[in-house]
Amino acid sequence: MRFEPVIGLEVHAQLDTETKIFCSCSTSFGASPNAHTCPVCTGMPGVLPVLNHQAVTFAIKTALATNCTVARESRFDRKNYFYPDLPKGYQITQYAAPIAEHGHLDIELEDGSEKRIGITRIHMEEDAGKLIHDPDRPKSMVDLNRTGIPLVEIVSEPDIRTPKEAGAYLRKLHAIVRYIGVCNGNMEEGSFRCDANISLRPVGQEEFGTRTELKNLNSFRNVEKAIAYEIQRQTYRLEEGHKIVQETRLWDTARNRTASMRSKEEAHDYRYFPEPDLVPLIVDDDWMTEVRESLPELPDAKKARFMEQYDLSGYDAAVLISGRSLADYFEAAAKGLKEAKLAANWVMGPVLGLLKNGEITIENVPVNAGQLAELLKLLEANTINAKAAKTVFDEMVASGKTPAEIVKAMGLEQVSDQSALDDMVTQVMDANPEELEAYRGGKTKLFSFFMGQIMKQSRGKADPKVITQILKEKL
Amino acid sequence: MELHALTIAQAKKLLADREISSVGLVSAMLDRIEAHDAKVGAFLTVDRKGALAAASAADARLANGEDAPLLGIPVALKDLLCTTGVRTTCGSKILEEFVPTYDATSVDMLKKAGAVIIGKTNMDEFGMGSSTENSGFHVTRNPWNLDHVPGGSSGGSAAAVAARMCTASLGTDTGGSIRQPASHCGIVGLKPTYGRVSRFGLVSYASSLDQIGPITRTVRDAAIMMNVIAGHDPKDSTSAAVDAPDFTSALAEFDANGLSGMKAGIPKEYLGMEGLDPEVEKAFADARKVLEDLGVEIVEVSLPHTDYAVAAYYVLAPSEASSNLARYDGVKYGARQKDADGLIDMYKKTRSKGFGPEVQRRIIMGTYALSAGYYDEYYGRASRVRTLIMDDFAKAFEGCDIIISPVAPTPAFKIGENVDDPLTMYLSDIFTLSANMAGIPGLSVPCGISETGLPMGLQILGKRFDEMSVLRAGYGFEQSAPSFPGLPEL
Repeated sequence: MRFEPVIGLEVHAQLDTETKIFCSCSTSFGASPNAHTCPVCTGMPGVLPVLNHQAVTFAIKTALATNCTVARESRFDRKNYFYPDLPKGYQITQYAAPIAEHGHLDIELEDGSEKRIGITRIHMEEDAGKLIHDPDRPKSMVDLNRTGIPLVEIVSEPDIRTPKEAGAYLRKLHAIVRYIGVCNGNMEEGSFRCDANISLRPVGQEEFGTRTELKNLNSFRNVEKAIAYEIQRQTYRLEEGHKIVQETRLWDTARNRTASMRSKEEAHDYRYFPEPDLVPLIVDDDWMTEVRESLPELPDAKKARFMEQYDLSGYDAAVLISGRSLADYFEAAAKGLKEAKLAANWVMGPVLGLLKNGEITIENVPVNAGQLAELLKLLEANTINAKAAKTVFDEMVASGKTPAEIVKAMGLEQVSDQSALDDMVTQVMDANPEELEAYRGGKTKLFSFFMGQIMKQSRGKADPKVITQILKEKL
Repeated sequence: MELHALTIAQAKKLLADREISSVGLVSAMLDRIEAHDAKVGAFLTVDRKGALAAASAADARLANGEDAPLLGIPVALKDLLCTTGVRTTCGSKILEEFVPTYDATSVDMLKKAGAVIIGKTNMDEFGMGSSTENSGFHVTRNPWNLDHVPGGSSGGSAAAVAARMCTASLGTDTGGSIRQPASHCGIVGLKPTYGRVSRFGLVSYASSLDQIGPITRTVRDAAIMMNVIAGHDPKDSTSAAVDAPDFTSALAEFDANGLSGMKAGIPKEYLGMEGLDPEVEKAFADARKVLEDLGVEIVEVSLPHTDYAVAAYYVLAPSEASSNLARYDGVKYGARQKDADGLIDMYKKTRSKGFGPEVQRRIIMGTYALSAGYYDEYYGRASRVRTLIMDDFAKAFEGCDIIISPVAPTPAFKIGENVDDPLTMYLSDIFTLSANMAGIPGLSVPCGISETGLPMGLQILGKRFDEMSVLRAGYGFEQSAPSFPGLPEL
């Protein structure tokens, strides 16, 4: 029997607000344990939560960017369970009435076609703290800095069928939350986390099979690997006549496999009920309008515009819009050029070549977009040729000087003067009689030899187009 | 002059005239506590040092000619209100060592108004009880008769005021916990409208029902306290963004215009109710007569869902409590039991040893009511009953300004009498807890004394945010009622 995987993803994205969702503690990462805590986020008896307006704005942004319908009235609930990283003994979340529902994202499949993945709901909640287990100490420690950091949970419909689709959906969602500036997307720090629900069913069957939930998927690669593993594991189990056990499984990064964490029987009864310390959240028209107007152009729209406006291929546009800063860089570099493709090539080539993981980013790359634009304008005006342009670029990186200064100092202006180049061609032909004879005897490949010799003699400044023309005439 | 017997209004005048000092007044209270609290048991913590320091500071300000609404007045707080640096036990062993790092908003407002916090009063553990017998530390006795309970859960605050160990106190009321002990102790207690007083710093029992209010000697004192503690608090999302009036102007309104034109409803469901003590019935009839003589028109109203109120309340309140009390698990809060074998065992031992039986009973009830498969039948249904009760009151108030009833079906019972019968104890909340379900204000004012010398109170309920009518009627009644023995001898 052949099986079809049914996959749904639950993504937790930390909202990049200054302060926590129900108090004014800082959300910044990396502080010493419990430095960013107060009576409210540590659940001291008697405290009450007050909802962070910015967090709601970010949740609405996320909802609009994923084509969701935002609820005019949503509510918060308590999810009750005991765990040492949860000081109140409950998490404040949205259960019965989430802030947004019924969205979707379109992903691109390998064959170039598009597929729509539904988004069931987006709800807001507070993050829990972190346990620190030091093998040298008999006790575990609790760090509550993360407690109360605002999260949105984005729940997809079970529309995903392959690990690749899961990866594509996740990458797209990741790009969007970073684009709209609501989440820094750092997966290692846990700012963007993913759980996956997976079940198999015989091809053609409508009813879902028993699902397992995968946790601890802390990179795109791991999401794809873990899902692939789990599909295979479930396939074997079913083929061997076993039943799938509904359970939560943990991805073991070191051993590349999933292992059971807890079964359905051990699952918590969260005893959800309406949070009595908060009032219903009302999002009025003014708030919606304000958020809608603050939304930047989204990746899909930007890609389409780049292809149209700059006459770029789908591939080039996809690379250039992959980050908002990169797209802005490209647009600034292409400004005033006749051929935007020239800027695209330079950005995707030499500029991206300068980036180093984390250290050099598009925001602080040594050649800014304005400087690159100057250089490309010189190239487009035939003031310098392509070879010289690369030399100038390297010098710009090294010295920080402007392209015009460098061209002048290094004497790199292109020589396009017909009579000067005529002489040069004659000299080179005279100096290489054997090659000339061979060429005239049919070895036309030697054309590039002559080109090379002339470029060498002109120290790279000769205009290749003009030389080609002269050479063709004289040879 | 017996300093400890002064009302806020009297003490304020003498302090302003520099006839007495705050240190003198506070010392008189401390002496009184010293002399009598061993038998009454009103206090869990007496902050002698802090109180005397605050009194000296108040005297300095008074000497400067400064004025503030409660400058130099000794006030006691139910031990459910957080106080910076002073332990806040909630009447529970599990919080015996808990010292908050912040003041409740109401406490902060009292301090800003110049009040001297004299100590923290005993209570039923986490507010769960009607007799103060459920304290994790000791019982509090009724100053009128030490064999009887003072009521609860704010029994310590009520006993302290009745025994003149403080000039006024704050209590909290989730189902009657201010009004019923005030009634049993022969003093005044006001549960304000839900949202009128910030709950920030009130350790939650049932968040949607809890409300802080004053327990005082007179209605005027209650109004003075309300002027200090009422108002919107940005730290409490459920506190109402409504301006608080000058509550004492309700009293001036009575002085100027009496009560004529006011309509008081008596719910027909409350009349002849089973278990209503004949003495309570008579005291209520007498009170009704006093109001009628003042020109109040008595009308019959109906609260048809009264029969379901107690049942619904005892689903909703324990449900919220089961969640609110989850944080006392021995990890960050709650005295951790050390002899545990692993995390789960530590949770179990900490909570089994730290909570008293009534608290455990309500946590179990609430946990059950919220669990998967039972939620709709219990919590869901109780919530719908709550809506019906709100509608009942809204409809009843279309035909009247206030609703009157006894506060409790009986005078204070004997210590130990109902300990093994939680259901009887729960049913004794019948007249009070509907006000919490509906979120409306309710006042308890003394209206009689039983043959055995135990006080009984009249309850006056009002529309949401209409404490003014309640205070005006209560003050009118207080001024016009036949002489009440005043205060108990100790």
